[in-house]
Amino acid sequence: MRQNFIAQLEELNQDVIKMGSILELSTNEMIVALDSFDTKMANEIIDRDDEIDLLEQQIERECINIIAKQQPLASDLRKITSIMKIITDIERIADQCADISEYILKLAAMPKVKAPVHLPDMIEAMKVMVIDTIDSFVESDLEKARKVMDADDVVDAYFTKITGALIEMIQEDSKTAPQGVCYLMIVKYLERMADHATNIAEWNRFSLTGDLTLG
Amino acid sequence: MNDITKFSVSDLNLFYGSFQALKNINMDIYKGKITAFIGPSGCGKSTFLKTINRMNDLIEGVTINGTVTLDGVDIYKEMDAISLRTRVGMVFQQPNPFPMSIYDNVAYGPRIHGIRKKSTLDEIVEKSLRQAAIWDEVKDKLKKSAQAISGGQQQRICIARTLAIEPEVILMDEPTSALDPISTLKIEDLASELKKDYTIIIVTHNMQQAGRISDKTAFFLTGEVIEYGDTEQIFNKPSNKKTEDYITGRFG
Repeated sequence: MRQNFIAQLEELNQDVIKMGSILELSTNEMIVALDSFDTKMANEIIDRDDEIDLLEQQIERECINIIAKQQPLASDLRKITSIMKIITDIERIADQCADISEYILKLAAMPKVKAPVHLPDMIEAMKVMVIDTIDSFVESDLEKARKVMDADDVVDAYFTKITGALIEMIQEDSKTAPQGVCYLMIVKYLERMADHATNIAEWNRFSLTGDLTLG
Repeated sequence: MNDITKFSVSDLNLFYGSFQALKNINMDIYKGKITAFIGPSGCGKSTFLKTINRMNDLIEGVTINGTVTLDGVDIYKEMDAISLRTRVGMVFQQPNPFPMSIYDNVAYGPRIHGIRKKSTLDEIVEKSLRQAAIWDEVKDKLKKSAQAISGGQQQRICIARTLAIEPEVILMDEPTSALDPISTLKIEDLASELKKDYTIIIVTHNMQQAGRISDKTAFFLTGEVIEYGDTEQIFNKPSNKKTEDYITGRFG
């Protein structure tokens, strides 16, 4: 047995789980901050982004080291190459939490308008995808990965619906345009978060099955 | 291009006395490809390699049943060992140049086969040394003893000696295990070059080597072929758990 190698793989796995749990925290807090315009929380999310960036770099270095020194093959190689892809998507989702937080700060400073009706539904659908995709990695759960891939269409549909509603809102009262644009950016970021969650699910599937069909 | 079968092995069993070293091997080996045999020590991969050019014939107490055909002809029933080995050359783990000059090493086989004319022998020696990617290194010292050059060079002389009788198949039994990394890479490049004209079968303990140079890989374990397929598939996604465990180092 390659005890040293297996220990290195386990450490790598733990670091990705750590990165995933920080992402879950930011995602959950972003949802609360958006709902309550909590600027303190929004700022914390923005600050936390550096932590994710550092973890990404650290995991990249670990992966490169393992490839150089251990020459992994088969399931090990698939796991390490998918981790290198997955952490980029985790980092992007965390960026988008921070980007949304910037818009929460902007919205908090403006007169309140009625949030789009379907926004909570879109947020819920995206949140489930992010949590399931991290879980599918942690638990090596192929079914969960498939569920995430299927769910992306739901988020896309909400995006179209909400965009339409925001256009209507601005058409009815042009003074709501600044808030409308903020919400438009936010839903675009939410839609992208779901796309990155889907990417992660696809790389999990590759790691588990060798299937390299990417959407 | 469809794969052309060079060797076809059916229901092959080999016993050393009562010990069964090869169990029901069925395998087609394809022309113009490099096929790697991998597996832990004692798994039967070298025994199988030797079976392909009948080097087990003289070992006492060996019983072989099943069939091995070369271009459709049974090598045990329809061919004598000498003509078989003219077509199927072998390179061993330790470079084993004869205690004679570089030139005489390479000319040895052709001379045995009755070639006496100096100009013809010169041509064969040069061609073989060029094919073995060592001509430039030894062309000015052909009269020098083949044992007075480096291990990596000796191994390429042995390959040239094998090529000199123009075989169709080259068997390599861990040909780089005694060589440094640079010489190893030279032999690997050479094997990739030679597969244009020859069918190559290589036994190796170096998994990365099998991955680097072979088109097909067979994984042996306790005398059985556990998995045989395209190298890309075996190294990325083996279908058998035992293969996966072996190549990821979780075996034993």
